[in-house]
Amino acid sequence: MSRGRWEHFEHKADIGVRGFGATPAEAFAQAALALTAVVTDPSSVVPREKVEFDLDRDDDGDLELLFVDFLNAIVYEMAVRKMLYSRFEVRIEAQKLHAVLWGEPVDRERHQPAVEVKGATYTELEVSEIRPGEWLAQCVLDV
Amino acid sequence: MDKSQLEQVDDTLWRIPPKGKMRVPVLIFADEALIDEMDDKVAEQAANVTTLPGIVGACYVMPDAHWGYGFPIGGVAAFDPKLGGVISAGGVGFDISCGVRTLETGLRREHIEPIRKTLAEALISAVPVGVGSQGQIRLDDKEMVAMLSGGAQWAVERGWGRQEDLERIEENGRMAGADPSQVSKKARERQRREMGTLGSGNHYLEIQEVEQIYDLEVAGVFGLHQGDIVVTIHCGSRGLGHQIGTEFLKKMQKAAKEAGIDLPDRELACAPLDSPVGKSYLGAMRAGINCALANREIITHLMRQVFSHFFPEADLRLIYDVSHNTCKQEIHQIEGQRREVFVHRKGATRAFGPGHPAIPEVFRKVGQPVIIGGSMGTASYILVGTAEGEKKSLSSACHGAGRRLSRRQAHRTWQGQRIITDLERQGVIVRSPSYRGVAEEAPGAYKDVDAVVQAADRAGLARLVARLRPLVCIKG
Repeated sequence: MSRGRWEHFEHKADIGVRGFGATPAEAFAQAALALTAVVTDPSSVVPREKVEFDLDRDDDGDLELLFVDFLNAIVYEMAVRKMLYSRFEVRIEAQKLHAVLWGEPVDRERHQPAVEVKGATYTELEVSEIRPGEWLAQCVLDV
Repeated sequence: MDKSQLEQVDDTLWRIPPKGKMRVPVLIFADEALIDEMDDKVAEQAANVTTLPGIVGACYVMPDAHWGYGFPIGGVAAFDPKLGGVISAGGVGFDISCGVRTLETGLRREHIEPIRKTLAEALISAVPVGVGSQGQIRLDDKEMVAMLSGGAQWAVERGWGRQEDLERIEENGRMAGADPSQVSKKARERQRREMGTLGSGNHYLEIQEVEQIYDLEVAGVFGLHQGDIVVTIHCGSRGLGHQIGTEFLKKMQKAAKEAGIDLPDRELACAPLDSPVGKSYLGAMRAGINCALANREIITHLMRQVFSHFFPEADLRLIYDVSHNTCKQEIHQIEGQRREVFVHRKGATRAFGPGHPAIPEVFRKVGQPVIIGGSMGTASYILVGTAEGEKKSLSSACHGAGRRLSRRQAHRTWQGQRIITDLERQGVIVRSPSYRGVAEEAPGAYKDVDAVVQAADRAGLARLVARLRPLVCIKG
């Protein structure tokens, strides 16, 4: 996780998430952390419960479509479990994406959750190798 | 916005003539100051919408428009199935049938004033708000289907609402043509514990005072008098709508490709109205509308319980419930032809004028109430639909203030606690589970709602009736 980092970028009504990493999977995981940071300070979320999911890939090798699917799967796991996540591990294979998330149930006092994420969008969507060995994954979230 | 690309038609109307792949023009309703402030992306996105198959009339842009996904927020576009018209999940938005309703309470300022804080605390305990909140109601599979096809009618049948509310809701509280079988398991799962929850972001429940009346006669018909206390609720279809939006945005990528539609922006993904995906979305989206109508009805019920505790005599009557993220099948005269079209209104309110058969009898003479929500701490407005709105914008008007600053900028600029103290000094009590949420929704992060409604009024999209001032704001 040496070069992994994330940031937010501006979108008028909403907010963009951007992750960087040595591989697409690492960039995805960093962007997921940026997603949590839209809701709360990720350092306030204790990674004590584990949630796993698999995504069947139906993206014809398009990593951008896979990225939106991945973020939407996390949005779903946040919404139905009423949880926040602060640690992510992602493995991308030919046929599927495997994700492990660690987090805890929303504690409104401690997390002060700012806003619910409705979904990830195709706006400003990009997954690319910006320089040898550094991947970027980004899109705008609807909040 | 760069005005060099625009033709100014009059004080409040600007036109982008069709060029390139545009099939129809873009018409923007705004005064010069609003145009100057409007993002260039709005023009680009509206022009993109006009390239979609089967679009008729124009892409109409409301005075509060801002950069959205695919469609601008504040964009209206109608598609004719006979011309190969399409339906777009992005043209409705993630929060299907997000909308506003206002109720009169029969109370006056002096009734509310002594217990304002207690009332605010009672409301925030009674109505689940914010991230991680859940409702008391848990729907099993059978009830879920009943809710998705019954809307607010279902809520009333279950005891969450009053029979007489129904005629004061668009579609009489129940959107016909909903097909619950098109709503995925995941979408249902997201909704199971979310009925009667307000959500977060710009959603709110407000106690307001009628501060100013612009049109006495129409205000009388709506039941509004200067100094009256009203309650306004702004929210949508919650997790269910968001999940339907997410899933169909993806399905429509493929459907558009298969139909040979050249998309200028992925977010404009759409499907022909007569295609399997188009029909499936229509059924699911209409079920999403019912979910939003049921949700607002249940919140109303929870809010009424709080009021009846403090004011046993008060009778909270629904004035009207409008949605501003929809696609509706309507009949319009477009370029002299009567057409049955599917009108997408994304961040735009339907504004039928006098005589329209779809509005309740009681409003038939004057036109329908058009409720425009302000941002936290700022005024809201009630307008009325006009006869000329039909020709100008397919009977559509603005929906709110529209953001001026991003959430990130707002978060950096303001502190939630400070905003709450400042607003309290100005006479508005704000209660929210999240200080950061309050900072991101700071009044300064939004455009001037006054300018937006003035422009809508001057453009003839809808006429000003009353201005509402917030006294208590419950924020998600």
